[in-house]
Order: sequence, then structure tokens, then C-alpha cells
Amino acid sequence: MAGETATVFMTVNGKPINANIDPRTLLVQLLRENLRLTGTHVGCDTSQCGACVVHVNGKAIKSCTVLALQLEGADVLTIEGLAAPDGPLHPMQEAFRDNHGLQCGYCTPGMIMTAVDIVRRKGHDLDDRTIREELEGNICRCTGYHNIVKAIAAGGRAMRGNGSAAKAAE
Amino acid sequence: MYAFTFHRPQTVRQAASLLAKHEDAKLLAGGQTLLPTMKLRLAGPPQIIDMSLIEGLSGIEQSGRSLTIGAMTRHSDVNTSPVVQQAIPVLAQLAGMIGDPAVRHMGTIGGSIANNDPNADYPAACLGLGATIITNKRRIKADDFFTGMFSTALEPAEIITKVSFPIPKKAAYQKFRNQASRFALVGVFVSKRGGDIRVAVTGAGSNGVFRVSSFEQALKKRFSPKSLEGMTIPADGMNSDIHGSAEYRAHLVGVLARRAVADAIGKPIA
Amino acid sequence: MSATGIGAAVRRKEDHRFIIGTGHYTHDINRPGQAYAYFLRSPHAHAAIKSIDVKAAAQMPGVLTVLTGADLAADKIGNLICGWMIHSKDGTPMKMAPRPALATGKVCHVGDPLAVVIAETLAQARDAAEKIAVDYEVLPAVADPAAAQKKGVDAAFRSTKQVTKLDIVNNRLVPNAIEPRAAIGDYDSGTGSFTLWNTTQNPHVARLVIAAFVCMAPEHKLRVIAPDVGGGFGSKIFIYPEEVRRAMGVQACRAAGEVGGRSFLADAHGRDHVTHAEMAFDADGKILGLRAKTVANLGAYMSTFSSSIPTYLYATLLSGQYEMPQIYCEVDAVYTNTVPVDAYRGAGRPEATFVVERLMEVGAREMAQDPAELRRKNFIRTFPHQTPVIMTYDTGDYGASLKKAMELADRKGFGKRKRESARHGKLRGIGFSSYIEACGIAPSQAVGSLGAGVGLWESAEVRVNPTGSVEILTGSHTHGRGHETTFAQLASERLGIPIDNVSIVHGDTDKVQFGMGTYGSRSGAVGMSALAKALDKIEAKAKKVAAYILEAAEGDIEFKDGKFSAAGMDKSAAWGDVALNAYIAHFSGQELEPGLKEGSFYDPTNFTFPAGVEGRVHDGVAQGVGQPLYEGAVYDEHGQLVTGSFMDYAMPRADHLPSMTVDTTVTRCPSNPLGIKGCGEAGAIAAPPAVINAITDAIGTEELAMPATAQAVWAALQKSNRIAEAA
Repeated sequence: MAGETATVFMTVNGKPINANIDPRTLLVQLLRENLRLTGTHVGCDTSQCGACVVHVNGKAIKSCTVLALQLEGADVLTIEGLAAPDGPLHPMQEAFRDNHGLQCGYCTPGMIMTAVDIVRRKGHDLDDRTIREELEGNICRCTGYHNIVKAIAAGGRAMRGNGSAAKAAE
Repeated sequence: MYAFTFHRPQTVRQAASLLAKHEDAKLLAGGQTLLPTMKLRLAGPPQIIDMSLIEGLSGIEQSGRSLTIGAMTRHSDVNTSPVVQQAIPVLAQLAGMIGDPAVRHMGTIGGSIANNDPNADYPAACLGLGATIITNKRRIKADDFFTGMFSTALEPAEIITKVSFPIPKKAAYQKFRNQASRFALVGVFVSKRGGDIRVAVTGAGSNGVFRVSSFEQALKKRFSPKSLEGMTIPADGMNSDIHGSAEYRAHLVGVLARRAVADAIGKPIA
Repeated sequence: MSATGIGAAVRRKEDHRFIIGTGHYTHDINRPGQAYAYFLRSPHAHAAIKSIDVKAAAQMPGVLTVLTGADLAADKIGNLICGWMIHSKDGTPMKMAPRPALATGKVCHVGDPLAVVIAETLAQARDAAEKIAVDYEVLPAVADPAAAQKKGVDAAFRSTKQVTKLDIVNNRLVPNAIEPRAAIGDYDSGTGSFTLWNTTQNPHVARLVIAAFVCMAPEHKLRVIAPDVGGGFGSKIFIYPEEVRRAMGVQACRAAGEVGGRSFLADAHGRDHVTHAEMAFDADGKILGLRAKTVANLGAYMSTFSSSIPTYLYATLLSGQYEMPQIYCEVDAVYTNTVPVDAYRGAGRPEATFVVERLMEVGAREMAQDPAELRRKNFIRTFPHQTPVIMTYDTGDYGASLKKAMELADRKGFGKRKRESARHGKLRGIGFSSYIEACGIAPSQAVGSLGAGVGLWESAEVRVNPTGSVEILTGSHTHGRGHETTFAQLASERLGIPIDNVSIVHGDTDKVQFGMGTYGSRSGAVGMSALAKALDKIEAKAKKVAAYILEAAEGDIEFKDGKFSAAGMDKSAAWGDVALNAYIAHFSGQELEPGLKEGSFYDPTNFTFPAGVEGRVHDGVAQGVGQPLYEGAVYDEHGQLVTGSFMDYAMPRADHLPSMTVDTTVTRCPSNPLGIKGCGEAGAIAAPPAVINAITDAIGTEELAMPATAQAVWAALQKSNRIAEAA
């Protein structure tokens, strides 16, 4: 058992990954330690802080609360894969930057991935109350959320037709 | 975590036989309860049986006067299902209050019910609607299923496959959150189906989810918050911790029951 | 103001790496062949260590070594220290209990580390730690500070019948930056050098303490690097046991960040005061005096600055914004078997402000006076103003802030809103808090005279490159505070160069001259002032070079918008030309050194005193609302931390907080070159009393403790026999 390994195949940010891992490996560990994609963070041990949120098969998941082995064949998207490769930033990323939605940056990747998921589920015209409720699983200690809420509202509008966040802020 | 062997059975029968073979094995449904427990090393099952490849365990179906939900159906799917929203809207709302959006993408109704956390929401819904829990061996009525904090009537190698809810005439759920964990400090589920009135409470009882027969009796006469005016339940047998004393939880049961009934009859208390 | 200079709203330069996931936090660093450390922590609040047997643990797979306190002592590793000596009333020095990095002989709080396993993987280290056999003899524990243990002002109190009295608990908080602490130590046996990557707000101070006191390595052989740090709030100022490691003979070793529940036991907590306070007023409501007796919980050991928080950073703010002829404060700082307590967002000032502002509000209610009017009546109006508690306030216009706040809050319309709420069965209240704090910590002489073992100046070095781009090396450390942008804005504005041509270098003791780090809202007032002084020197030298290029007298050179021109002559030199020429250095016959680089140390001449009815922006307010409504670290009578994770310690979420309106009134600070005050902690200081004042106004009773949860408010209403149907 200890010392046992298993193999898992999945796609991460568009790239096929074959990994030989300890069965105990959480998705967040596979991403951070095996794949060196350190943009996804660990901030708590009770699955509450949301710093680890990524997309699995198009849905926001807490990568600290899923075993890599549960995700055979899955399609995983992390913060590093959100912007087009060598391309422009995702409108939600721009919205966070333009609206000062971050300070220390630690909760930010999880916030942005959650935000994109909120827009996909709840639409492009998000009111403050909805955003705040939808952020129940993401904790920020720095910003007080005010600018994060603004950023997500702006990002949502900008994601309509893939416009730019700057335009949406006008 | 402690080390384990990971199994991915393709059928319920295979899963059951793995459970029978390995006494300390645990089923893995959504993992949103089991994995955090394992990470803290509070549990160390040597075998994990992942349920996600088994076909036919997810799905939502309405037939006649009941709504059936597969055990592996995720909370987010129950929340957004037009079938659930139409048949038992409060169930969709309740599913949308569990955890947070990311947790809801993984967590399952079967996992929640089998775990019977004393602060969980689904047990209140099952007891509050008079659901039937269907396993690979038999059908168990909700009244018989929840036997105490973290314990159920499930036998070894018995696996929940679906949950069937009779469709009520009126129903509502009021959840008063623990501000830290966001679980129910107290949650009250009420329903009326013909002459069958149910008031189920989660979070408050030291023996897990329970029904309040005094409230049910009062509501039988007239299903209105007024029927519950001035009614309380004793603080004895209530949970007590820094988040809520036994007295406070007992008090909340009364308040939330009145609010839930008001919601159920379409006249919410502001 | 230029398009990118001070005050301009620019995008933060540092944001790019954070939003694309390439931030470089300590836990992201992966040294080749690194090992992992896992600390064994005491499950008991107080126990003697009768024996500790690591033999079985050391044999476990992957284990490189297991260390205990005895090993550190054998290696002559020194103890952790508290760096601020204070004395009791009778002159006796504070009793600083020894704090070795790994407990020896006894453990003093749940979470006290007593051994460390270093292994090839974290799981292996953790597995081995479970095999360490410790024989504890459990001893009685004390968690409650009040259970652990007054003058000239008395005359003021005797002269009046109008005395407001309050018993106040300032509830213990856990800082909980979302990034857990982490440290990686690497030893190069070839050069005998150590490198420590650490989540610290002050890498040089960490290096000094670890070198000089803990004796891990000589200072010149120890490099401390603070990469991107995910929030600090004070908790990452201190030097912790985990950073101390015997790296000799062991390859690179990462102490996995203590996450979640373990960080609750490993990181310094904040606040935890029990105070009895009284304020005396004359018949018109003018303050005659304030006296307070506080029992402050130090925890099991004195953390790095813990002595100063409940003493010099607390009592010196008890004058608030008011004329107070007499103030007396007595503080008993006590040890308990709990996690050590030290600075946390506001560090002493929230505690003081809470006392003063509750007394003012309750005093107003007792005297049937309007709380805003009572404050206005007592505001200090002439500056500089010497308070009875050491501080001299330099400037302020408190009436203006109050007036603006009342307008923004539509105080006039409150009565109508209250009646409307009552119609819906809801209670509505309004609460005030006029806060002040001492920021821009601090004049070295002042703190030295109070016992600090350090000076609190800051350093800055400006390096101009031959191509005209600029590096600013600062001893301040940004951990979300935006220095990479704000400091660059200052340079951009002063030198007339694009903000993208300015880099900020910080957080590396090999690169940056000794600096004191970031805390106490000092990066603006102190850190940027050091930068301003260095920029002054750069300008002066650049003018000399420009004089040479333009063949003009130095005194005739003017510098504006990035151009040097000679008065009365039709010639100018661009910044880039001057920079290049400084390095080409063809100044024949001039007594001018080549190069263009200047450093400066800035020692503030005073604290700065931002004040207002809501000084800054939203983040401090989140924590300032968290404390009165949601947060609170609770110990049981056995010294077990009941609120040991986010499951029980309520961290404010987005739906716990409102959106906010923030505004400012400006009085320039006269004591630093930039006239700035500092604001990082304002919300955490001002908001708690405002919130409690509002709730007590609504429910009509003062008996309400923080956090004012639904249960607490219900209990208060029950006790005062108000409304039954409240939840």
C-alpha cells in the first residue's frame, strides 16, 4: 500500500498528461508538484478557502478535495491555461487587474477561476448580491471583497462576445 | 493521508462485493466529506471504492407522484434541474445551499445521506418529505433510516442507489448557518402532503436529524405559522457548542419552523 | 501630477504575474533534491516532557534526520527573543521566558513544537512524526488572562459624578493570511553559506535575529529571501521556530507551510485584552480624564515584539482625537498556556480605539447627549498637540472628517430609516467611531527610549542604469501592499520617466541594504520618505552631470519633466543622456565620481497620525467588521483551542460584508518629505467600535461582547428583556 503507485491520464491546459503517482495524490499536488503549475494554491485544510479552484470538465472544483485518480480522462484547466497561449489575457483576468481586485495575489487564481465559472452558470449581468453569494467558497483576507465584486461584474460583462474588460468598464 | 488501494468498480455488484471483502473499505462518492477527513488523518480507510464509473447511479426522474434522484447525482445538478424545480422546488433550493459552488459540483445526495452529518441539509429533506432510500438490497423509509449522529440503518456492503421523494403539496426549508463552517446551525424542513405533515430538524439535535411531533400536531389543525406561535421545544437533547447553546438552538427551531411554514404557504415573513 | 505619478490611478505592475498564475511564493519554490520538514506539536496546553524517543521515527522510510530541542542545544542554537525590553512600574525588567525553537523540558501551549522530522517527502515526514514517542506529564493549564492576576487621575474622577464605566474584552483573533507560512533552508557546504526563503514581512530583521540571537549562521553568511508573500497582517513579522533549522549536513529543506488547523496553533494570534475602563466628564460633557486597567494575554512565550503591543502601542493612543487632561493606564501582561500573541493589523491601536470610542458612545447615552456632538465638543483643535500619553499629534482636522462622514452616512435621515425598519419588525442603530492611530512607525530615538532593541528607520537605494532605467532597492517589503507600483510612481513622477522604466527590488538581503520591513503602516511614510530622500540626492548629482554636459554652472540647472535645462540658455539634456554620461564619466578636471546611485536612510521625526471616521479602503474594514461580528479565537479551560480551523473560526466571506463608500479629508503630515500618513490598518482599528456602537444602539443594551453573533445579540436581548421573537 504505502509505496504503491497508480497511473492516471488526463488533459491539463490542453496537454495530455500521463502520470505515475501515489494514489493519495490530490489534484492540487499533481498540478503543483508533478506538473510544476504553481499558480493553483493551497490556503487551508478544510476545503473552504478556494485558493485551489480549477476547472474540471468545464466546472469549478476544489483541487485540494479530489484525488487525481478520480479524474481519469478528465479535462483540467488551471489559471495558467486561462489566457490563450502567447495571446491576450482572458477578460476576467483583465477585469481583476483593471479593478484592483487583488493585493497579495494568493487567493487570486482561485477567485478568477471561480469567477469564470460563475459567469458561465449565472450569466453576464451579475448583480452584487449574486456575486457575493457565489463567492461563498472563496476567502480573501486582503481586499475586503469590494473590488473583487466589481471585477467579477466587469469581467462578466466583458465575457459576453469575448469583448475586452476595459470596454465593459465604460 | 494514510495510504490506500484505489478501486474503480464498474457496477454496484462489484462495489458491494469489494465492500464485503474489505471490512474497512470506504465508498468514495463526491469526496467532499471523506477526503477532508482523510487529509486530517482522522480516517484512514485502507481501501477506497470510487463510485463514479458505475452507470445508472445519476439521474433525476419524475414519475407520477414521486421524484427519484440517483445516489451519485451532484448537488449542482439537483439545484439546476428543471424537473426538480418544477416538482419539489425547495429541494432544488436546498441543494443550492450545500457547501459552495465548487463543492456542489462534486458532492452527491447519496454521499450526504449515507454520512448523516448532524449539520447536513439532505437528511432534513429526506425526513421532512418522507423519502424512501433505495439500496442494492431493499427500500428503507426515511423515518427508519437516520439512526443517530453519523449513523444510518445501512448494513455492511449495502449501497444507496437512489432516493425517492413523494411530491408534497407545500414545502419549505429554512437554514440558519454557522458563520464559520456554513453548515446548518439549525435547519428546519416542513412539508404538507394531504394529511401528512412533517417538521424535520437538522443541526440542533444531539442525536442527529429529528421530527418535532408537537409542531406537526399543531400544524395538522391548520398549516400556518400562527399555529406554531408561542411553541417551543425543550433545550434538553439539543447540541451545545460555542456556535450555539442548547437554548439558542431550541429557540431557533421555533423561529425557523414558523418562517418555513410561512414560506411554504407563499407568505414569507420579511 | 503626471499620468503615472503619485495619485494617478494606474494598473499595478505586480498584478500581471498574479493573474496569470506565475506569482512566486515560498511554497512554489522547489530546490533540487529538497527534503521536507514536519513538526511534532504538543497536544497538551502544559506538560513536562519526561522523555522523547525518536529512534523508531528515525528508522522510517525516507527519513533523513529527526531533531529535538536537545539537538539544538547541543549545537548551541540560541533561543528566540522578544526584541523590545519593557519594565514594570517598579523598574524590574520584563520576565522573558526562554523560548527555544523546539521545546525542551516542557511544552507550554497546544501546538508548541518539540521535534522535527526531515524526510524525502512530506508524507514520509508525517508518518515518521507519528512514531515519535513522547512521555508527557500533563500539568495544570491556564488559558484565561483574567484568571492568571491605579492616581493623579483619581482626583479628576473624584471631582465629578459623571463617570462612564465599561468592562471590555477585546477578543483574541487569528490573522489567517490565506498563504500559510513556509520556509525553505538551503546550505551550501562549499561556501558555508545558508539561504532561507521565508514568508516574512522583514527579511533583514529575520536574518539579524537568526544570526545574532539564534546563532544559526553568521549574518554575512545568511541570505534571507522573501519572495511573493501572500498577506501578512503582522503575523509574518515575527521569527518563528520553524525558520530555525540545523541545515548543516542536510540538503535543502522545505518546512511545508503550516496549513489550516496547524497554522492556528503555529502563528501568532492578536488582541486578547480584558479591560476595565472609566471616563470622567464634567457637567457639559467635556472629558476630565480616562483611566484603564488592562490584562493582556501574552500567550505561552513572548513573541518577537509582543511586549510593545499591549503597552507602548496601546496606551499611547488612549487620548483618541480628544482633549484629555488626565490619562492613566495600567497593563498587566500575563503568560497563559495559549499560542503567543503579538502584533496583528493595528497592533494595540484597535484595542485602544475600542476602549475610547465605546466610552464616548456610552458616555453620550448616559448623559443624553448626541454622540457626534459629544465628540465634536472634545476634539483637539490646536496642533501640535501633546497628549498625556507620550504622543504629540502633528496635525489634524477631526471636525472635517466627522462632518463628511455624517453627510455620507446621511445621519439626518436616520430617524426615518429607523422607523421604517421598526415597521418591519427590525431594530436599527447607528454607531460612531472617531479613530486615530500612530503610524509610520517610528522615530528610532522615541522607541529606543521606550526599550525597543531596534531603530525603526527605513532604507532606500536608487540605482540609475546607463540606459536611464532605474532600480529602487527598498527595505520595505510588499506582501500585497502594492509597493512595486506606488514606489515606482514616485520615481516616475520625480524623474519624469515612464513607470515601466522603474523596477522595485526588495525582499532579498543579498541585494538590499538592511531595512526594517513592512508593518505599522510605515511603507508610505517611512519607506517612501527614504526613497524621496534618495531621489533628492539623485537629482542633485544628476544636475552636476547635466552641468558638465550643458557647460553651464551647476546652480543654473533646472530639472523638470525629465529634462535638465540651463537657465537663460536654449539648451537641454534629456534624462537618458545624463544617465549615460554619468557612467561614461568623461568629466575632465571635475571632482565628480562616476555613476549615478544614491542611498538613504530615513528616520521619521514623528509618528504620523491618520485619523478620521473611516480612513482608508475596504480591506482593513473587512477585518474591522470580522472582529466585532464573526471572528474570535476561543480556548477551553484546558487550553485546547476550540476554534482550531476555518470550520469553527468564522472568516468573513464576501456575503458577510457590504459594499462600502469611502471618502477622505486631507491634512498633510508635516513630519515627512511626502506629507503622507499611512493607512494600512485604519479599517481594522476604526470599524469594531463603530459596529458595536451601532448594534448596542439598536438593541438598547451595552452588555454585548465581540463577536456579536446572532446568538450573542439574542442573549443580550433576552437578558435585557427585549423582544422574544428574534433570531
